[in-house]
Amino acid sequence: MTGKPIVQFQNVKKSFDELEVLKGFDLDIMPGEKVSIIGPSGSGKTTIIRMLMTLEKPTDGEIIVDGQNLWHMESNGKWVEANEKHLSKIRGNIGMVFQHFNLFPHMTILRNCTEAPVHVLGLNKKEAEQRAKQMLAKVGLAEKEKNYPFQLSGGQKQRVAIARALVMQPKVMLFDEVTSALDPELVGEVLRVIKDLAEQGDMTMILITHEMDFAMEISDRVVFFADGYLTEEGPPEELFNNPKSDRLKSFLQRFSKV
Amino acid sequence: MSAAEIVEVLSRGVTVTVSLMLVSGILALVVAFVAGLSRVSGLKIVRFLTTVYVEFFRGTSLLVQLFWIFFVLPQLFGIRLDPFMAGVITLGLNYGAYASEIVRGSILAVPDGQREAAVALNMSKTQRMRLIILPQALRTMLPGFGNISIELLKATALVSLITLQDMMYLAQNLRAADYSLSLKVFGILLVMYFVLALPLIVLSRYLEKRASRGVANT
Ligand SMILES: Nc1ncnc2c1ncn2[C@@H]1O[C@H](COP(=O)(O)OP(=O)(O)OP(=O)(O)O)[C@@H](O)[C@H]1O
Ligand SMILES: [Mg+2]
Repeated sequence: MTGKPIVQFQNVKKSFDELEVLKGFDLDIMPGEKVSIIGPSGSGKTTIIRMLMTLEKPTDGEIIVDGQNLWHMESNGKWVEANEKHLSKIRGNIGMVFQHFNLFPHMTILRNCTEAPVHVLGLNKKEAEQRAKQMLAKVGLAEKEKNYPFQLSGGQKQRVAIARALVMQPKVMLFDEVTSALDPELVGEVLRVIKDLAEQGDMTMILITHEMDFAMEISDRVVFFADGYLTEEGPPEELFNNPKSDRLKSFLQRFSKV
Repeated sequence: MSAAEIVEVLSRGVTVTVSLMLVSGILALVVAFVAGLSRVSGLKIVRFLTTVYVEFFRGTSLLVQLFWIFFVLPQLFGIRLDPFMAGVITLGLNYGAYASEIVRGSILAVPDGQREAAVALNMSKTQRMRLIILPQALRTMLPGFGNISIELLKATALVSLITLQDMMYLAQNLRAADYSLSLKVFGILLVMYFVLALPLIVLSRYLEKRASRGVANT
């Protein structure tokens, strides 16, 4: 992979009151790259991608998306904090799938997938439905389009959430432990959908996961985040089979025990 | 005077009572949404001013507010309202203040994940509110609105004190003419208010049941 990074974290810091979660996080992600972030619970993995999705504001540092600074903008020759308009312009490059799906309960599955394309992208209803149906078929849920979220299983809901994000055609997709709220027997169907997506190639994907086998299988690179820093990174085989830092060694050990 | 005659007299006030309730109800609804949305606005000054309005109207007597608008405003500013308008404005502002708390509470009760999903789909602030938050909040609001409308109906009786000829006013008249009728007149009046409230009671019970089941929290 060559060219310019699509996402850059530059010395990003984030605190919640007294709690310093990110102490200086650096990471460059290339277009099309599949990056998994692993790390102890509560270390700040979710916070990292929430800042990229503009759901959380960094305390310090820069996040660059496709060459554009996300949280700062130029105004009359000065760097100022980004306003909603600026955030919205860049946010269009990014999509996110949440741990708890967050489908819209008052809309059918199809409507869940067409609402944003119609109102945000300005597609007409027919185009939006066409796109939505295509994506629902891709995640294997074409026949559920008239149902409501409460009529679906957890795995199905999460697949709808993936389709809903894909319809917006983001360049970068974020997945935050998308299987950890699911019953074990439903995990596979969701991981398969993500794997298909990864194999199709050109979309950049950032995944937070506790499924080490899955991370190994689909990632180009795995990032180990702990104690506020990117502690170790590398290709999955290397990172899992030959960890260098003690911190990662003990983390992986604890994992293989369960 | 027979019971039938009393009912006949009091019935002449039903139109005033009901239309006062309907018109001030509509005003209250509009006020409730404007004030409720302002209470969750991103602008501090908007939130502050609305809070002052809401707490002022909730914290002072409805009757005193009514007298202010009907008797004091004309003296202070030369604004003369007919009794019906004065009633509508007072009841609308007062019950709008109460109902705005319901609007605000219902909006805040929508899980934050809904807003976050809407942000992730790059919806604007207005779109998030209009397409995602409000439609879900509305379900929670309806039973509260039902209850408030019953309160509002009962409160309309106060306008008899500013010469509006509603059911209460006519009942007072009958009593003034013949004190021995008190029990009969006010007994019948109670029943008539209850009959008017009945559809509202049934409706809010239905809305309560509907809000507590189904679609909402998936
Ligand atoms: N909005 C918030 N307010 C206060 N503290 C927060 C907030 N969001 C996260 N935190 C804290 O920041 C830390 C990092 O949280 P985060 O959710 O990013 O961790 P994580 O690595 O994703 O954990 P997990 O693996 O359990 O999902 C935690 O200690 C959490 O309690
Ligand atoms: Mg997390």
